[in-house]
Amino acid sequence: MARVKDVCRHVRSKNAGPFWVTIDFFFDGPESFARYADSPVLGPELFARLFGADPALVKRFAAPSLNVVKVSYPRAAPQGGMVERDMHAGQQYVRLLDVELDAA
Amino acid sequence: MDGPIRILVPTGSLGAGASEKEVAYGIAQGARAIATDAGSTDSGAAYLALGISKNNRGSVKRDLTILMQAGAEAKIPLIIGTCGQAGGDRNLDWTAEIVVEVARELGIRPKIALLYSEQDKADLKARNAAGKISPLAPLGPLDDADIDACEHIVAAMGPEPYMAALQAGADIVLGGRTTDTAVLACFALLHGAPAGPAWHAAKIAECGAQCTAVRNGGAGVLIGIGPDGFEVEPLAADNWCDPESVSAHMLYENSDPFRLTEPGGVLDVTQAVYTQASPRAVKVTGSIWEPQPYTMKLEGAAASRFQTVMLIGIQDPDVLADIDAFHDRLLAALHQRVHKTIGAAAGDFHISLRLYGWNAVSGDKPPEGTPPPREVGVLFVATADTQEMASQIAKACNPYFFHFPLVMDKELPSYGFAFTPADIDRGPVFEFKLNHVVQVDDPMELVRTAWIDLRDEEAA
Repeated sequence: MARVKDVCRHVRSKNAGPFWVTIDFFFDGPESFARYADSPVLGPELFARLFGADPALVKRFAAPSLNVVKVSYPRAAPQGGMVERDMHAGQQYVRLLDVELDAA
Repeated sequence: MDGPIRILVPTGSLGAGASEKEVAYGIAQGARAIATDAGSTDSGAAYLALGISKNNRGSVKRDLTILMQAGAEAKIPLIIGTCGQAGGDRNLDWTAEIVVEVARELGIRPKIALLYSEQDKADLKARNAAGKISPLAPLGPLDDADIDACEHIVAAMGPEPYMAALQAGADIVLGGRTTDTAVLACFALLHGAPAGPAWHAAKIAECGAQCTAVRNGGAGVLIGIGPDGFEVEPLAADNWCDPESVSAHMLYENSDPFRLTEPGGVLDVTQAVYTQASPRAVKVTGSIWEPQPYTMKLEGAAASRFQTVMLIGIQDPDVLADIDAFHDRLLAALHQRVHKTIGAAAGDFHISLRLYGWNAVSGDKPPEGTPPPREVGVLFVATADTQEMASQIAKACNPYFFHFPLVMDKELPSYGFAFTPADIDRGPVFEFKLNHVVQVDDPMELVRTAWIDLRDEEAA
């Protein structure tokens, strides 16, 4: 059983413009990358559930040379709205750290 | 082209802190231009809406002094995009005024081009009606009401207005809103560099030393664009680039790490190869530029409803033992208080309480069994149609917010507040309204160029 924080050496989140957030999962090596790069757990439903993103718009990329999986999703509310809590979206990755990747 | 075209990128953003020593190194290596951007949407819509910089004037002036002096001594152009954080006309004029002041202080007389890219609302509506404006996900088609809601609207320029200004003899080019990459690619493109490597080098260098092995080890980088690719190295002598540090930068603040849409085309780095060219430099080949119909991205900043904030700190262990329940009861009591004391006049107001030290950033309920925090800061945010009403709502809530008891039959507590008066009018909520592109026939069509030619001034 492995959580995101057990198999990634670094996870980060950041705005990609005012309407999108992008997450980079830096896996700890090629083995973890190979095992989890296509994991259904990191699919659109996760980002819909945790961040309220429209699952149809969630984008996912694999960068094997860096052992990185990148997921980009539209913000539920554009940057800077009435109830903004994270202007740069720089803290959003934290909710992903305990996600269990081997869940059935 | 004879050999690589070297561009000195002194810092990720003007005002962040250029280094004289680093700039001297880049010029000694044969840099033919100094280029940097000076802003981003990242800090929010306030800077475009208000036409102000995020940076203090002194830090921008300090960087400009270093860069203008170096550029004048080496007789190479200085190119700055997205001036004054947001690249609106006011942001650009603010920067230009500092540039003129620095020129006088240094005793130099440059020819300065100003590239304005703020847009007229009526013109945009006409282009929208003509079908020239398309949405980018997640937004839908552009509504005239969205255009009207904006305080300022800018179109992100490509490299062409910069190339035209350089060709016309500009020593310094100050641009309004521009894509980060266009600012750094324009000089190489003007001098015949291939488009793929020129754009890719610009993307890698856009945040200065962010693409280096030691990201905080210095401020800037040097890019050299040649016929078969480009090289990048840090300006700081004790730092270096490696293939991972350079290729990883394609991930940064990009929703797609392989394809980057720019005015007039798409940079595709899917097949790019990153190799260590020397102990400090990485060479990149295989970058492809795919020409596309010319589009410019629109950014519009609106000022909408108004907010007033208050802040308290709570250490009372009885309150903290069930802080979620306390939050819910307090919030309900504040709403009742507003209804009783202001009534319908409060309009469609909104109150949020954010528990710093508990769940302020996520807004989620922490999992069952999470131990109570040692203390929390509670930020009260009232939002209303006018500043006066937001302020009245905060004042109505003041006694409850500062003294809300856990149990009713005890002496009223006082939570820790730091300021008097306790309520702070925060101003409007600033939001980006547009996520659209406008198709143009000519890259100069939405751009106005003006000149400040200090060569004409009498010598002092």
